[in-house]
Amino acid sequence: MSKASLIVDNLSVDFAAGSARKSVVRHVSFRVEPGRAVALVGESGSGKSVTARSLVGLAGAGAIVSATRLSYGDRDLRALSQRQWREIRGRDIGFVLQDALVSLDPLRTIGAEIEEALAAHGWGDRASRRRRAQDLLRSVGIPDPDIRALQRSDELSGGLRQRALIATALALDPAIVIADEPTTALDSTVQAQIVALLSAIKEKGHGLLIISHDLHLVSKLADEVVVMHHGDVVEQGPVSDVLAKPRHAYTRALLDAMPGRHPRRRRPIARDREEQASSLPETVLDVRDLTKTFDGPAGSARLAVDKVSFSIQRGRTLGIVGESGSGKTTVARIALGLVTPDEGEIAFAGRPWVASTGRGPRVSEADRRPYRRDLSVIYQDPLSSFDPRWTVGQILSDALQAAGLARKDQARRIADLLAKVRLPIEIADRWPLNLSGGQRQRVAIARALAANPKVVICDEPVSALDVSVQAQVLDLLADLQEELGIAYLFISHDLGVIRQISDDVLVMQSGRAVEQGATEQVFSAPAHPFTKALLQAAS
Amino acid sequence: MSAPAGRSLQINRLWPLGWLICRRLLSGALVLLASATVTFFALRLTPGDPVRAVLGGPTANPTPETVARAIAEFGLDRPLPVQYLLHIGRLLRGDLGTSFSQHQQVSAVIAEQIGPTLWLTGSAVAVAWLLSTLSVLATARRGWALSAVGSAAETMAAALPQFWLGLVLLAVFAFGLRWFPPQSDGGFLGMVLPTLALAVPLAGFLAQVTRESFELALDQPFILSARMRGLGEGAVRWRHGLRHAALPGISLSAWAIGSLIGNAVLVEVIFSRPGLGRVLYQAVSVQDMPLTIGVTLVVTLVYVVASLAVDLLYILVDPRLKAKRT
Amino acid sequence: MTIPLSTSTFAQSRRLPKVSLPPVGASLAMLFLIVLIAASIWPDLFATSNPLKIAPRLAFRPPGLGHPFGTDQSGRDIYSRVIYGAGQSLLLGVGAVAVSMALAIPLGLIGGLGGRLAERFIGWVLDVLFSFPTLILALLFAAHLGGGIGPLIVATGVGNAPGYGRMIFGQTLSVRRAGYIEAARMLGHSPLRIIWRQILPNVMRPLIVMVTMGIGQAIVWSSALSFLGLGAQPPAAEWGTMLAMGRDFVSRAWWLTVFPGLFIVLTTLSTTVVGRYLQRCLEGRTS
Repeated sequence: MSKASLIVDNLSVDFAAGSARKSVVRHVSFRVEPGRAVALVGESGSGKSVTARSLVGLAGAGAIVSATRLSYGDRDLRALSQRQWREIRGRDIGFVLQDALVSLDPLRTIGAEIEEALAAHGWGDRASRRRRAQDLLRSVGIPDPDIRALQRSDELSGGLRQRALIATALALDPAIVIADEPTTALDSTVQAQIVALLSAIKEKGHGLLIISHDLHLVSKLADEVVVMHHGDVVEQGPVSDVLAKPRHAYTRALLDAMPGRHPRRRRPIARDREEQASSLPETVLDVRDLTKTFDGPAGSARLAVDKVSFSIQRGRTLGIVGESGSGKTTVARIALGLVTPDEGEIAFAGRPWVASTGRGPRVSEADRRPYRRDLSVIYQDPLSSFDPRWTVGQILSDALQAAGLARKDQARRIADLLAKVRLPIEIADRWPLNLSGGQRQRVAIARALAANPKVVICDEPVSALDVSVQAQVLDLLADLQEELGIAYLFISHDLGVIRQISDDVLVMQSGRAVEQGATEQVFSAPAHPFTKALLQAAS
Repeated sequence: MSAPAGRSLQINRLWPLGWLICRRLLSGALVLLASATVTFFALRLTPGDPVRAVLGGPTANPTPETVARAIAEFGLDRPLPVQYLLHIGRLLRGDLGTSFSQHQQVSAVIAEQIGPTLWLTGSAVAVAWLLSTLSVLATARRGWALSAVGSAAETMAAALPQFWLGLVLLAVFAFGLRWFPPQSDGGFLGMVLPTLALAVPLAGFLAQVTRESFELALDQPFILSARMRGLGEGAVRWRHGLRHAALPGISLSAWAIGSLIGNAVLVEVIFSRPGLGRVLYQAVSVQDMPLTIGVTLVVTLVYVVASLAVDLLYILVDPRLKAKRT
Repeated sequence: MTIPLSTSTFAQSRRLPKVSLPPVGASLAMLFLIVLIAASIWPDLFATSNPLKIAPRLAFRPPGLGHPFGTDQSGRDIYSRVIYGAGQSLLLGVGAVAVSMALAIPLGLIGGLGGRLAERFIGWVLDVLFSFPTLILALLFAAHLGGGIGPLIVATGVGNAPGYGRMIFGQTLSVRRAGYIEAARMLGHSPLRIIWRQILPNVMRPLIVMVTMGIGQAIVWSSALSFLGLGAQPPAAEWGTMLAMGRDFVSRAWWLTVFPGLFIVLTTLSTTVVGRYLQRCLEGRTS
């Protein structure tokens, strides 16, 4: 590996479409030096990914890149031909795209992907490339590289897949490695491992450029940070300065929006009055000993949920946190009456709601239907939960009809609901497809509130949103709870989100509830080793 | 240390494949059984006397002895279920009956005629794949003008009826330019026009499907990933894009082969080629039911074999399915 | 003191779907179809002579003044015959698609909504029927039904029905499993209401595209059957029959086959292009 630096001065990117010209990145300057890491931080639309891609000449169709200086070592990158760019890519600058599942060719083995990177630059012969691929897989911490090299990305776990993708970028030992959102969509314990791997790569002397929305990741990895907002650099400097003493309002807002930085604020007076009114908190959802086994491949069985019990009181939030495959979504689907448990039962507002397949009385869907209006749901992907033919107004009107509201009263109630979720009334005439992610999720919340439910089940409702939008939606949910006294069953993989929204928390691992208690107690004094590991990975 | 693990991995990969073949063979057998059932009722529901349907159509004039022999052989005096079982039993023995219009065993007619048809459809599928792949690789996402030309040509080709294209080719290249013989002489030159008449519309159709998935594939992150490793445009298209793009076309190929055999009826008539299509056409026009049923069954058999082959090819190209189909 | 982090939440400009003219190709295709429909309703407006009038002295005139598409072996004006054939062909196309849909829609819906057993059985039946090539299925039917327009419509319709059945079956299954159907259940709507208000409309929506493209395809199939001598009988002015008659003279009078065939191609092309345009319109607003 040569020890060259990547120097960027006054980089701007415009996109030309026909006669129109749109500026997406303006005057970005930084340098990536050997053994150092620079982080580009911003939300979607900030221009951070375009900036990174223009460094390898792949900003996209119609992109016009200009800079007063753009050089790698002593090579000027501004006037390279396509052929010259191809020599730089992979050999001098390695690039790790986000989401390894789709960034590795799903039809080819990871070994073939690495060998292809080597072959593209004429490295060695077939046999030596194969050996090199296995060495690389081993060096990024993949066990049994000779077997793994023969597997495809969909056969690997999220963590191994991300490591394999990193290995393809490291194949020719490039001086500079660019990583775009390298830990997004990974479980938090796996995130910690990938951060450690990237640190090790930096220690070895590679220059690292990290693109991320995650300030937490940045604080652990980067030496310098560049904060971008709508294509402009709003703040730039050593990571410790920027994160500890942010000067620009946007940076402060971004830090403020990080979930879990503020534990739940309750208005104490309102709470007291309410508790005086009803001395005993009313239990709305009571879940007893849920167990569910799914059939796995070739006659095997997988225990998805194992004797999980909890209860939720009126106006309170229970957060269920766990990694992927922990069974938290199965619990939500059982509570919704979509999956019948093998054992255990659920009572909703004192009535039987879900019964097991085993002995005891059955509860049919027809029994549940009259009470469906009291229990609603918000999904991670709201768009797929809306009928594609309907406008927002029609979606809400359909929900109001289900709640039994007469047609003549619907217009007023729709205006009322949209105001509650802080959307302008004009939205009612638009199709969800043309709304932003945050707006869609607000529409989903409005629909969930249509019938004044007692309980709302929220399945990863903010996971697909930008941090700042995430913070707004969480605040909205909390305010609505104060106002309407709704109880939430809140499912998330994100400890910060859970800490911010929940009164009580339940930690799930491999189908079991390993720890359960008041949120602050679980977070400040975790008892179970798994909770400790989770918290450690996230800190 | 990892050798045993490696071997078990191999076994794990092969096992679902065998299972898949077994299941496909079973469902293929069911399709054939269903086809035999349909043809049985087709025979029974022929307007007019069922005896005449086997013995020579509406214009035949069989002797009372032949009629009596046919009634005994096909059990025409017995209840319908018995007749059905007799029918299936004959088929299982490979006895497809006798064609009165060709004056020989149906199986003999088919054995004689199937070769030219398989040749024709086989070469048409190959040429169609070649044309569509070339069109997509050369024009998809190659600037506005080139891709517009490519996709317009594909839409045009897909809209051409095979029989009209055959006639136009015949008028231009056989009678006008005299490059190719107007009637099939069994040689290579005689194959060219019929093959093109079948292949060009199919190529247009396959290219439309392939182009769409090719463009989808080129937008995938793994393509960007490959470019970022320093791969050139040609390598990206050939090694990554095409493999994904071919999948929908491959899964349509079994259907395409079946439909080509159907369309071979037209092309064989136009070019006066021997083959199953022409035999079927003749059988239908003189209501030779045994021959009609025999050819239909064989066409179904070809479809069943083709779909098994296509499934295996699909797995070769997309190994993800192997794991899923357990 | 805080500035809004994301201005996108409220201030995003209204991105209304742009109302614009269809592209050139789709406009031309629509124009052609409109002319074709007009020609089938008022053929006299377009035709220059009686399509069946024999004039042996004028036989085999190449295209030129007076006879833009030439004349056939009996001296009939091919242009007028093509115009008079439009109505026949459109009738065949629309009729055959109607027959296909009458078979395919109930089958697909029952398979998609009738429970696990119906799903398996109908899925299998459709697979079996689909394994018969369209032309062979139509040929078998035509052989049973005999010649004429009515049997031709039925034979073409039946031949194409398995393909449509599979599409509708698949569409029904995917709509039934869609997230918004689950969401409707969670709102407490009754199953019948969900089927009526959401599943049926969403299954039927792409049918407009299928039907548009299908009419062109059906015209091709039915003219193929006519070409083989099943269906309309000579000297009827039907495109497929005209092709069959022209076939005997293809070595000396190319115009007998080229012009009727060209109209089949243009019709199919137009329905395909218009169908694709409709599809894009549907997708542009939603999905």
